[in-house]
Amino acid sequence: MAGAGCRDRLTDLPTQNDLPEDAPVTITPNTLRSGPDDRGFFGLYGGRFVAETLMPLILELEKAYDEARNDPAFHAELAHLGKHYTGRPSPLYFAERLTEHLGGAKIYFKRDELNHTGSHKINNCLGQILLARRMGKTRIIAETGAGQHGVASATVSARFGYPCTVYMGATDVERQKPNVFRMKLLGATVNPVTSGAGTLKDAMNEALRDWVTNVEDTYYIIGTAAGPHPYPAMVRDFQSVIGTEAKEQMLAAEGRLPDALVAAIGGGSNAIGLFHPFLDDRDVQIFGVEAGGHGLDVPNGHAASMAGGRPGVLHGNRTYLLQDGDGQILEGHSISAGLDYPGVGPEHSWLKDTGRVSYVPATDREALDAFQVCTRLEGIIPALEPSHALAHVIKLAPTMAKDQIILMNMCGRGDKDVFTVAKHLGQDM
Amino acid sequence: MTESRITRRFAETAAAGRPALVTFVTAGDPDYDTSLAILKALPGAGADVIEMGMPFSDPMADGPAIQASGLRALKAGQTMVRTLAMVRAFRETDQTTPIVLMGYYNPIYSWGPEAFLDAAKAAGVDGLIIVDLPPEADDELCLPAMARGINFIRLATPTTDDRRLPAVLTNTSGFVYYVSINGITGTASPDAVRVGGAVERIKRHTSLPVAVGFGVKTAEQAQRIGQDADGVVVGSAIVAAIKGSLDAEDRATGATVPAVEALVGELAAGVRAAKRSAA
Repeated sequence: MAGAGCRDRLTDLPTQNDLPEDAPVTITPNTLRSGPDDRGFFGLYGGRFVAETLMPLILELEKAYDEARNDPAFHAELAHLGKHYTGRPSPLYFAERLTEHLGGAKIYFKRDELNHTGSHKINNCLGQILLARRMGKTRIIAETGAGQHGVASATVSARFGYPCTVYMGATDVERQKPNVFRMKLLGATVNPVTSGAGTLKDAMNEALRDWVTNVEDTYYIIGTAAGPHPYPAMVRDFQSVIGTEAKEQMLAAEGRLPDALVAAIGGGSNAIGLFHPFLDDRDVQIFGVEAGGHGLDVPNGHAASMAGGRPGVLHGNRTYLLQDGDGQILEGHSISAGLDYPGVGPEHSWLKDTGRVSYVPATDREALDAFQVCTRLEGIIPALEPSHALAHVIKLAPTMAKDQIILMNMCGRGDKDVFTVAKHLGQDM
Repeated sequence: MTESRITRRFAETAAAGRPALVTFVTAGDPDYDTSLAILKALPGAGADVIEMGMPFSDPMADGPAIQASGLRALKAGQTMVRTLAMVRAFRETDQTTPIVLMGYYNPIYSWGPEAFLDAAKAAGVDGLIIVDLPPEADDELCLPAMARGINFIRLATPTTDDRRLPAVLTNTSGFVYYVSINGITGTASPDAVRVGGAVERIKRHTSLPVAVGFGVKTAEQAQRIGQDADGVVVGSAIVAAIKGSLDAEDRATGATVPAVEALVGELAAGVRAAKRSAA
């Protein structure tokens, strides 16, 4: 079905307007949670667009993951590690002073920044390292942008005794020095990537080149819910612990579900982790916040691939991409190294086209302002990534009634960003 | 599939008892005019089949030499339209040398696959190698290309085992491109012994010619690999020769075209020395 749908579609350049009607074709209409189909597609998006060398590995990974997720022992070990190593469940926190300050809806944070290693990335890395062990792999590679996924990958590699190589754009190595040193302390090798603009997409290219060269022994831990099938679904599943916990905690705290969810989107793994368990709760509005950079009207000045891009194929999947008229991928820009990626996970592209999730941008400036507001009012220093989500919360809350509830994913802590923020605020450290 | 320039050319080299020399250059490297001059010089220098890279910003399967050549081309203003214009210009004087375009899917997807295929066919393109379209994605581009008589050439790799090989070969036409190493272009050199076994293995599944590439750099390697294959692909070494002839600002010099001609001449002598026992 997906194949036929895709072929018809390919006779013209897809536009945003004509995508929604054929998107639901492959998905059972009464649930938004059954994707992807057996070829890895969420409607038009996703799939397995990889070189032949990788194809047998991707198929092997899919089989291994299918077995693992049907194995209670796998889940038990992951839950045990989640509790005793990561510190799950992460708290659901009522941001009382921020709520008062904004004067509208009640604001709750899902505190995944309190996880071991300081972000949601560890949820996925623990799942994938257990899978790597099941598959008998002996070497770990990963890409990283802000360094949070690199740190989490280095951490689980140390914990399970694997050598780990992290690819990181040279620009990001420069702007995320604390995380680079952290990875080295954890025993990982950090390889700066100088091709392109030296950011996340280039790091991912280089990680794929490593993988294709070292197929026999290497497991590639992709850090976001993107890449060839089964990565988008697998990473989502490992991150869905966020939404599953939050739902339970919200019912316990308020006796009902929130009115709105808000999360930042780079590749989109923290967001899909929060959103997925709520997709069929149609009364819950969902907002994904993309990096608006210098503004959507500034050419190549943002990283909002859905608001400012169009469907294309990169890094193993079809999804919204920032690209020029000739299909060359643009670098994008964001103050946040973790959001500075020209694509987005394919499930988000599908959720955009179906209209279930609203994707909105927040600029560098708005994120910086939100960063400071949260720090001063709540005593929580957020990472620049969730600061984008916060920026939208700041716009949204005052428009809602006081008895309404917003749940935002505080997906990372800001320790790594204090140098960047100081620079933007014109302060020497 | 009906006879194409590609099948004719491989039949000719087989009849001559030698493997075909398949040469790769990136379209528009280092600039359009020089690249077209290189293209036109290739058959005379001894190239039997021409592979032309369509530059892409994110060449995930390519090593440093071809990555850099793609960036040079893009910087000099190369586009998909100009790449097809180059093929058209080449066809004005050469109706027999097959041209295979090699690249990644996104620029084609961005153009619109069907419209691109029509334009490519009209320009005189004979085959396509699209690195990130495995057989699982045949309905995207492979089947529409076949319907237009454009060969879709598939890569087989050391990881393509006997179970998977039939799927890889099903809609392959023209020739099979055996990637002799796991990895990216232009890095490690293939081991001639292992390559021979792999070519034999592929030939048990198909009657198509098998060309071997990735890591073949010298005339001597071309000769050795060519003893076991129907074709030898050389890419990074030619691209490196182009790079070596450029000035400090990566601009073409008078030495650029002759550098390519000289290397291709040596490689051509190499494959001609690779007399095959059973043609």
